[in-house]
Amino acid sequence: MNIKHYFRSFLLWELLKGLRLTGRYLFRRKITVQYPEEKTPQSPRFRGLHALRRYPNGEERCIACKLCEAVCPAVAITIESEQRDDGTRRTTLYDIDLAKCIFCGFCEESCPVDSIVETRIYEYHGEQRSDLLMTKERLLEVGDMAEQQIARDRATEALYR
Amino acid sequence: MLEQSIFYIFAALLVVSAGLVISVRNPVHSALFLILSFFCSAAIWLILQAEFLAIALILVYVGAVMVLFLFVVMMLDINVSTLREGFSRFLPVGLLVALLMLVAMGLIVGTAHILPDTGSVAGQVESGIGNTRLLGRVLFTEYIYPFEVAGAILLVAIIAAISLTMRKPRARRTPKPGNQVNVKREARVRLVNMDSATGNTGEQQQDD
Amino acid sequence: MIENLFNIISDHVLAPVVGWIVPEGYAASTLYTLEVLVKIMAILLPLLLCVAYLTYAERKIIGYIQCRLGPNRVGFFGFRFWGLGQPIADVVKLLFKEIIIPTGANKRLFVMAPVLAMAPSLAAWAVIPFDDTLVLADINAGLLYILALTSLAVYGIIVAGWASNSKYAFLGAMRSAAQIVSYEIAMGFALVCVLIAAGSLNLGQITAAQSGSILHWYWLPLLPIFLVYFISGVAETNRAPFDVAEGESELVAGFHVEYGGMAFSIFFMAEYANMVLIAVLTAVLFCGGWLSPFQGLPLLGNVSYLSEPNIFWLLLKTSLFLFMFLWLRATFPRYRYDQIMRLGWKVFLPITIIWIVVVSVMVVAEAPPWFN
Repeated sequence: MNIKHYFRSFLLWELLKGLRLTGRYLFRRKITVQYPEEKTPQSPRFRGLHALRRYPNGEERCIACKLCEAVCPAVAITIESEQRDDGTRRTTLYDIDLAKCIFCGFCEESCPVDSIVETRIYEYHGEQRSDLLMTKERLLEVGDMAEQQIARDRATEALYR
Repeated sequence: MLEQSIFYIFAALLVVSAGLVISVRNPVHSALFLILSFFCSAAIWLILQAEFLAIALILVYVGAVMVLFLFVVMMLDINVSTLREGFSRFLPVGLLVALLMLVAMGLIVGTAHILPDTGSVAGQVESGIGNTRLLGRVLFTEYIYPFEVAGAILLVAIIAAISLTMRKPRARRTPKPGNQVNVKREARVRLVNMDSATGNTGEQQQDD
Repeated sequence: MIENLFNIISDHVLAPVVGWIVPEGYAASTLYTLEVLVKIMAILLPLLLCVAYLTYAERKIIGYIQCRLGPNRVGFFGFRFWGLGQPIADVVKLLFKEIIIPTGANKRLFVMAPVLAMAPSLAAWAVIPFDDTLVLADINAGLLYILALTSLAVYGIIVAGWASNSKYAFLGAMRSAAQIVSYEIAMGFALVCVLIAAGSLNLGQITAAQSGSILHWYWLPLLPIFLVYFISGVAETNRAPFDVAEGESELVAGFHVEYGGMAFSIFFMAEYANMVLIAVLTAVLFCGGWLSPFQGLPLLGNVSYLSEPNIFWLLLKTSLFLFMFLWLRATFPRYRYDQIMRLGWKVFLPITIIWIVVVSVMVVAEAPPWFN
């Protein structure tokens, strides 16, 4: 056994075995996803850019309950509310600071009316810090833009909620 | 013409850097200047067509000895002011030694040969046979005994240095890589079949 | 072929220009100097290009081994060309970056260190024989010259580490200096084996002594030495798995933490130039340099263009060894420091000393087919 061991260590047997393994991987199929041209499949639960949704009749869903503001672990959400003329409580200010946000999805989960949601959009950028502050108008805009996708994702996921 | 000017350039550089070795304040700088002076003397030897000696100087002194020197000098936080304290006290002795060295060198070199005269030395080197081969032949025939004695002395010095600095094996607790590699799974792990219902190990079985 | 090109250049370009500008008495020596300069450029420019594309090859090959694609975006003129423009883009980026000299650094040495690292790895190319006639300086002590110059590479690292005035840089420098000095000894003894076998210090003659067939090359009679030399070469260039001097995880980047921009890239280039040098030397000393591997074989050996010695064989062997460098890096984890020292002093050194005796006996006994 000892002689065998000496032969193995002096002939670099184990090193050669390692080299053979990596040598085989050299010719394996490459699994790199070439990003802008190819994209990985997304889950319907994907947590990307935030959006505020509306009801089909155009009324905004948010009732300013501030649950999302309370649950947000990064304190990224700021809400101010007021009574509207028709007697309902609505937000006057709904800011999400994307520089603080950690995209945990708690806001979405805490929302009783499915108003604040996270969309599948992840290709965005800001050139100034203020670009990363999502105001109520911008959030609603994103919601209007991506409503179809959002609704479809909520429908497929409704079973598990 | 060209050879002479190269000689003067390197000789001047050698003298200047040798002077800086002992006059510069930072010990790391003086070590680096010592390296530069080794380089210059190697270059001068190259002009004399003593390529083996020149390269050996760079290989041994610059490549190995001075690296270790620099190592030590960089690690130690040498306080230059305390080193300079005894300067005036040791000056007379130092001057005496310097004078003696100067006289000895003057006797060996002689005033007539101080100018560069590359032709006479180069003529001694037979063309075709390398400088290295020539030197080796002389070392291993004519000077074989001094050469071997020098080798033995150096060996003794190495062994002495190691035995002085070696700590007893008891004091060192080093891992032995050979043993680590040799460990087999069987020596460390014993798999036991256990009846999950009763928690009884029952018959202990080795599972390979 | 390349020799002819040089003659054409020197006769038709350099000679008329020199004759026109320089006075009669100095024309010959000026022409000689210019010719040498042209030859130096002819070696160094392809070398530097090779170094640039070695970085590309490294990223690509290691990427492939890790099931990735490696750089494949930067190309030329709007085409991608598998990312071949990447090294150029890297160079341009590094050129325009600011070189920051840290406070408390020794300015002159800090600037000098990259040059000290780069110069020996370039100067060593003077004695590399590309062909039986194609060598810049055909000196008799070529092997010694190489050994001396590779031993100088450590100064760039030590000086950089010390002059940076940073403890990480200093630790990296200490590590790599100790490592290089210890592996140099094994490397030196390995070269002694080669010179005993060849009976010459001239690299061209060492290669010529290996002619015959692929079995006459020194890798076979000196097999342990061949391995020791190549592995010591990997250690000497501070490459993985011996790259404790850089040790990203504990020393950030070792001796060149404080360097940025072009100063950093010169260190980088020195490392890669050293790799190319070690690869070429391994090819020349152990694998028959420019000799053809088909020489002396029964069937293929009769095909003249396959069995003739050619510079392309040297380049091919060099790139094979360079690939080995990258392959090793992609395969093995970093050695622990005490293991590196143990390998150098307690394994490689005894092996080389034993093999010196073995080779001497073989040479004296004129063991066929190598030494008769």
